[in-house]
Amino acid sequence: MVASKRIGQQTLAFQNPPVILGAVAIVGQKEGEGPLGGFFDQIEADPLLGEKTWERAESRLLQQAANLCLQKADLVPGDVDFLLAGDLLNQIIASSFCARELNVPFLGLYGACSTMAQGMALGGMLIDGGMAELVLNCVSSHHETAERQYRYPTEFASQRTQTAQWTVTGAGAIVLGSSSFAKTGLARVTEATLGRVVDYGIKDPNNMGAAMAPAAADTIAQHLADTDRKPSHYDAIITGDLGTVGKKLVLQLLEQKGWQVPSLLHDCGEMIFDAAQDAHAGGSGCACSATVFCSYWLKKLQAGALKRLLFVATGALFSPTSYQQGESIPSVAHAVVVEGMPNGGGS
Amino acid sequence: MGGIKADQDQAKAYSEMTKRVTPNAPLFKNIVLAFLVGGTICTIGQGVLNLFVAFGFSPEEAVTPTLGVMIALGVSLTAGGIYDEIGRFGGMGSALPITGFANSIAAPALEYKREGFVLGVGAKMFTVAGPVLVYGTITAIIVAALRWLLVGIS
Repeated sequence: MVASKRIGQQTLAFQNPPVILGAVAIVGQKEGEGPLGGFFDQIEADPLLGEKTWERAESRLLQQAANLCLQKADLVPGDVDFLLAGDLLNQIIASSFCARELNVPFLGLYGACSTMAQGMALGGMLIDGGMAELVLNCVSSHHETAERQYRYPTEFASQRTQTAQWTVTGAGAIVLGSSSFAKTGLARVTEATLGRVVDYGIKDPNNMGAAMAPAAADTIAQHLADTDRKPSHYDAIITGDLGTVGKKLVLQLLEQKGWQVPSLLHDCGEMIFDAAQDAHAGGSGCACSATVFCSYWLKKLQAGALKRLLFVATGALFSPTSYQQGESIPSVAHAVVVEGMPNGGGS
Repeated sequence: MGGIKADQDQAKAYSEMTKRVTPNAPLFKNIVLAFLVGGTICTIGQGVLNLFVAFGFSPEEAVTPTLGVMIALGVSLTAGGIYDEIGRFGGMGSALPITGFANSIAAPALEYKREGFVLGVGAKMFTVAGPVLVYGTITAIIVAALRWLLVGIS
């Protein structure tokens, strides 16, 4: 049997494109003070959210995003067939602890900061494959949990390098529904290109943008080759969290592959903070691409200001153990095509 | 450039490409700030030492209580969430004085208290300062041994 929903080597085209029924972005104080502050659904001033530990706080963020997202889509957890969630913590505990509260069949994902696109692609497959009517995707990251796990204790005094990125505190959630929900859809996911793991030998964990840029370039070029399109088919190509350094590199790498996209390509990591916020090369973390996509970009699609986006979330697949042992940083990028609803979208 | 796992030449070329787009660290600013922050901490230390001397300690006797005060200061600023901010712009100027050493022990103690006093504070308090203590002690033993070999016990 031929896999009829495949195009080229790595791309899937949904026959009945799943629709986005609701999307939520919750962020911390620093993100709320950034240039996109006005677009987020909720800004949490307390980094602990009233919890005892950073980890519980992150899981709480995820729960809040999940619940608010369902509420916005006029759904309850019992309506959802699957929860697809991931985060950066060891054994993705923020997600599993969130799933413990939601009482929905749960598939934990780990794609580092690419998890939102990975979840959207998988959710699309479950729905288009007839395995689910409604799928809830959510991801989170937290600056303090990430510092503690990947770098130093949060109160340790250290100076960050120029290429270092700032892990975004926040959570993003999207609920996908089958095409039967098209009337109330905000946007639809029409295609997905799942990335290969790419490693160009970068070993510096303080330069994740450089580590991930080749993966982003590989997936974008593969998507264009699979679909036989030019970049201008899209109103914007949005990378996840390459930051200022990684964005320059992905542009150069794409140019080597024959694509010039400097005015089309936007990076969520570069967008979320401004230069005065001392975030150095920009934002990172699962929540970086997820919160910027779920707020700023989806609102642009909904308003009709943009018609078609290629959302390419990137993940650096390393651990503190791997870099301490001198391994380079393998990276992955997953892309999803998100289009505005043909008749302008619902609620 | 092609390939999913870059070979040595590709990795080298990519590393060069990365270097070209990486902004330089603001070296002059960092040096000046490190000097000012480190200088301020040391001046405070000198002030404390002078105070002990004024209260009748000899300069040699005043060293130990001064270190105690500076450690307490470093720990307090860490607990108050201030020392990491000083470190962000002070760099080595805040890391090198004994207040920085105090920060490197107080910060993990605070962080890992959530895992309890045994598996958290006790086990992880020296995750940052541990290497300094291990290699500091070894170096001290080697230097003392060399001195003993060269000039004997005096």
